[in-house]
Amino acid sequence: MSLRLTTLAAALLLASSAHAAEQIKVGLLSTLSGPGAGLGVDIRDGFNLAMKHLNGKLGGLPAEVLIADDQQNPDVAKQTADKFLKKDKVDFMTGIVFSNLMLAVGPTVFENKTFYISANAGPSQYAGEQCNPFFFNVAWQNDNLHEAVGKTVHDKGFKNVVIVTPNYPGGKDAVAGFKRYYAPKEAPAGGKGKVVDEIYTKLGQLDYAAELAQIRATKPDALFFFLPGGMGINFVKQFVAAGLSRDTQLFAPGFSADEDIIKAVGAPMMGMFNSSHWAHDMDNAENKRFVADFQKEFGRLPSLYASQGYDAALMMDAAVRDVKGKVDDKAALQKALEAKRFKSVRGDFKFNTNHYPVQNYYLRAISKDATGRVTNKTMGTIFTNHADAYVAQCKMK
Amino acid sequence: MTQLVLEQALNGLQFGLMLFLLAAGLTLVFGIMDCINLAHGSLYMVGAYFVAAAAQAADSFWIGLGAGVAGAAVLGLLLELTLFRQLYKRDHLSQVLATFALILIANEAVRMLWGAQPVMLNPPDALAGPVEIAGFFYPAYRLVIIAFGLAVAGLLYLLVAKSRVGMWVRAGASNREMTEALGINVRNLFTAVFVFGAALCALAGGLLGPLLAVQVGMGESVLILAFVVIIIGGIGSIRGALVGSLIVGTVDTLGRALLPTLLRAALPADAAATLGPTLASILIYLLMAGILFFKPQGLFPARA
Amino acid sequence: MAFYRPATYQKPLAIALLIALFALPTALTAGGQEFYIGFASRVLIFALAATSLNLVLGFGGMFSLGHAAFFGAGAYAAAICMSNGITDALLALPLAMAAAGLLALSIGALSLRTRGVYFIMITLAFAQMAYYLFISARSWGGDDGLPLAGRMTLGGLSLGSDSALYYAALACLALVIAFLGRLAEARFGRVIQAIRENETRMEALGYPVFRYRLICFALGGALAGLAGALLANLTGLASPNLLQWMQSGTLLVMVIIGGVGYLYGGVVGAVVLLSLEEGLSGLTVHWHIGLGVLLLGIVLFAPRGVAALFGKRHG
Repeated sequence: MSLRLTTLAAALLLASSAHAAEQIKVGLLSTLSGPGAGLGVDIRDGFNLAMKHLNGKLGGLPAEVLIADDQQNPDVAKQTADKFLKKDKVDFMTGIVFSNLMLAVGPTVFENKTFYISANAGPSQYAGEQCNPFFFNVAWQNDNLHEAVGKTVHDKGFKNVVIVTPNYPGGKDAVAGFKRYYAPKEAPAGGKGKVVDEIYTKLGQLDYAAELAQIRATKPDALFFFLPGGMGINFVKQFVAAGLSRDTQLFAPGFSADEDIIKAVGAPMMGMFNSSHWAHDMDNAENKRFVADFQKEFGRLPSLYASQGYDAALMMDAAVRDVKGKVDDKAALQKALEAKRFKSVRGDFKFNTNHYPVQNYYLRAISKDATGRVTNKTMGTIFTNHADAYVAQCKMK
Repeated sequence: MTQLVLEQALNGLQFGLMLFLLAAGLTLVFGIMDCINLAHGSLYMVGAYFVAAAAQAADSFWIGLGAGVAGAAVLGLLLELTLFRQLYKRDHLSQVLATFALILIANEAVRMLWGAQPVMLNPPDALAGPVEIAGFFYPAYRLVIIAFGLAVAGLLYLLVAKSRVGMWVRAGASNREMTEALGINVRNLFTAVFVFGAALCALAGGLLGPLLAVQVGMGESVLILAFVVIIIGGIGSIRGALVGSLIVGTVDTLGRALLPTLLRAALPADAAATLGPTLASILIYLLMAGILFFKPQGLFPARA
Repeated sequence: MAFYRPATYQKPLAIALLIALFALPTALTAGGQEFYIGFASRVLIFALAATSLNLVLGFGGMFSLGHAAFFGAGAYAAAICMSNGITDALLALPLAMAAAGLLALSIGALSLRTRGVYFIMITLAFAQMAYYLFISARSWGGDDGLPLAGRMTLGGLSLGSDSALYYAALACLALVIAFLGRLAEARFGRVIQAIRENETRMEALGYPVFRYRLICFALGGALAGLAGALLANLTGLASPNLLQWMQSGTLLVMVIIGGVGYLYGGVVGAVVLLSLEEGLSGLTVHWHIGLGVLLLGIVLFAPRGVAALFGKRHG
């Protein structure tokens, strides 16, 4: 670029700062390769479907969505985020699946005063002490779905529970989330049940025969597992083949039992319970349109990741419309985002002071639907207007 | 208690034989052609996808398994003729780079063909549940894997140790020029071995598919395990691969089953809860480092 | 066989390159492409890491597939220094090098008993152990990694801006290359290369082969630790991802692309691989296929690496 052009561009930039932007740019950085790619692809497809529904516009302004692959690698994620922020000068960022990548990218995004709308990763850090005005989570806080399972297992009166999770901090957080509502120290219901065993497995483990034998010997009446991705598929297949599903009820957070996993495991998953803030059979007009069009467009049922990607786009759209396209007015844009003036496919929810959702969580069971397809069916509400456990530590500036 | 020990021992055997299915093909290609094939895991993945696709199309697991293995063999043939032939004479570094490139290509090609989501591959209905043996229940399908593992081990033993082709293969591996001088077409022999290795890979992928996730990247997670096995056993030795598999399978299974309990008895609860699983996850690497420390060529060096 | 010695015309070329690299941030800023300063820093840091592997692999003839362990250890050492108030790079970087070097010394002492493929696998095994240890270490953040509160200072100067860190990385790389260039000519370098070419003869001549190899391996580890510490500064995070075996594989691929045993092999490889990644990933989501095909092309048509197309290895 010649010097004259640069000056011109700079002048234009200065002049436009008080006016509406001509175009909205979104940087969607997600895991699109490697074993975690299924989740990132769903977020991307959900986001793209929303863009199609919005005729390619956000808040009435033409929008450009830049898509990049983080390869599930923090330093690649950081570098690509840098490119979005410094080279492409995006107005919003979204798309990251995994919390460790979110924590790697977050500081740069916030420093750059760009709004990040998380369509999945909900690390406790950003919900609590490190909460940031530029971070919004349109999905959940990581612990929420585990808490919802804990509540369900407690309410259904299961007495002996075994937990299986990989030996890494994410797994230990899941256990903490589950226990927060399953056997709280001052349990209102007396906390009659107990966790008889916590089994920590290797990250990326293939074979679970040893653990399954141990579980059989323990004879629990319920089993809660949090094994992301392929590990969960391995575990469920082997659990059912071992015949353990006859005596032990399986529970998992929604992301271990959504359409992507069901598609890979099929009938053996029937009868399993899981928790989610969204389900494809939720009865509202927005959701019906989303699910129908997603199936038409991509030939598969959407997962909760897709719904979150879809909502992230709607959220940007509503906020840009709210500020009349003046996305450079950060304070106004923050207010507009906080106000949440869009209709989510999960029904109503609002943002807490830490920019994480306060919303309902539902119990889903995997069964055959009317057409004979194995899929999730919503059974009832676990939590109403549930907030995360970290919000008290957040002192939002 | 005895039942639990018995069951865990059976689990160790089963996991070991599962690893053997993976390692057998690798040790042949590695030991006989002296070729590091990082794409071995990719052949396993592609094999599993082939089996899954064929099983879905034919609505029969066994037909799918046959068709998938045949498909992978054809793919192996094409790969050998176009690429691997050129790699045998290259150094290990070129082989690493080329087969690393193959991993990238295979993963992306599979994603383009079948999508990023894992695909379904389930056992035949008759084998989906557990059966009762010696007072405890054991998954029927795992017994099938044990059977296949033993059959493959037997077949390989006969093929390599007793048959004429096996003799040529061993001769070609130890002295290529001399074998050629004796009028044996080593080139075709190597092609046959590679194709056979690819078919074994697909067999492993297809057989393990009903127990494990069939997804992009599944190859890399087993590749290291397969390498550990053949290194412990000694590269190029089928017997080594079998013994290595059984050792790794048993140590890993027993480590996961016993270590947390043992440590809980010996250490404060907090330390045990952290240390047990961590130790269990690095156990096989410790084992490998230990064996290599005392036997730097593995347990059964092929060219002793 | 070949020797690790720069051709005579490489010296002026290297100086010209250094000047160009020195001017790069200014040029990028003037052109409004500041983003690429960060990218260039990442390339320099990976160039340093690949060069350290090339020292072990091309120079010492040790085919290690566990180099990422030292890379990661350096990053963690830097992050741990930062969280304990050691913010000056003049202290923290040598500490990171020492930590990674010590790790390499102990792994090397155990691994160097084996040869060939067994050495490849035992280094991999140790790296995997390190990976699992870091991923389950809760006090160091486990899977989330250990974030750095900010960037280090360099004797009072802040490395906070991208340009400052770029110059720090450039200085480290230039010093290391100059050092290795001298090392190749020095007695130690000649001995270690002779060991690579004919171990038995050197043993017979009475050289302590094992000790030479071990020192070379540990030095490579320490330099990888330096690269890791710089990367932790760039990304603001030490993560267990850095210790994954695929990371070792990537470094290895860089060295092989660039040219095993060439002084600039690691640098060329890092530039080529990261630029390909950057360029191709902008074009299509399925860029891995393109990268794979290009790598295959390099194996088949430039088997001795890209650096070999430009410089000759003296024999």
